[in-house]
Amino acid sequence: MISQTQSPIIEIAARGLAPVIQLLGIYVFFHGHYGPGGGFQGGVLLAAGVLLLRLGIGASHSQAQVTSKSTVALCALGAFIFAGTGLVAILWGGDFMDYAYLPVQWLEAADLRYYGILFVEIGITIAVMTGLIAIYDDLLGIGNAGNN
Amino acid sequence: MKLLQFLLLATLGSILCYTVLDMPPRGEIDAPASRMESPVGTPVAGAYYIQHAYEDTHTPNMVAVVLADYRSVDTFGEVVVVFAGVMTCFFVLRRRRP
Repeated sequence: MISQTQSPIIEIAARGLAPVIQLLGIYVFFHGHYGPGGGFQGGVLLAAGVLLLRLGIGASHSQAQVTSKSTVALCALGAFIFAGTGLVAILWGGDFMDYAYLPVQWLEAADLRYYGILFVEIGITIAVMTGLIAIYDDLLGIGNAGNN
Repeated sequence: MKLLQFLLLATLGSILCYTVLDMPPRGEIDAPASRMESPVGTPVAGAYYIQHAYEDTHTPNMVAVVLADYRSVDTFGEVVVVFAGVMTCFFVLRRRRP
């Protein structure tokens, strides 16, 4: 791997820290059911890991984790997961975002709401993470035609 | 001018300290934030959330339940705002192939 920065310290530190930050982000996201945390905070931490790689080892090398082309589409996917959870509840006879009407027969209503909250948080995490990366890439012109 | 700034900061700080000292202690049952009824006699939604959050969703974190279940349409609006910001940056800043 050819380094894009002058300093090996920055590159090694970024490569070492980014997975730890992302692991902490996943922990914060899944801990949202039991304590402080949730989709927004976990998504921001996951995006911080990717952005540290973008800064530390360069824009083209950090494309291996999240490519600049897929960020906007993934952000739309996250918002669609959120909206889709509510729309499925409408289609099966409930109100918008009433997770008790999700079509899983063998779960009671309270557990259905538990998993409905989990799905919603997954959508928030994907949308916030890829949204922040997309804004960073757009501001710096990463992913433009012939400008990596 | 420095003296005026210092006096202004001291005045605002003393007002802040007076307000904080006048607040009720945390968890007091008679504080307006933890009453079952509002001053005009209507039921408070927060009391319902505290009493029913775990039975309704089996989720221990009350804040997550309010955020993603009781008030999920509001959270959906927040995600739409984030998505709108991303789309604005996409259309304004990203240059396409000429």
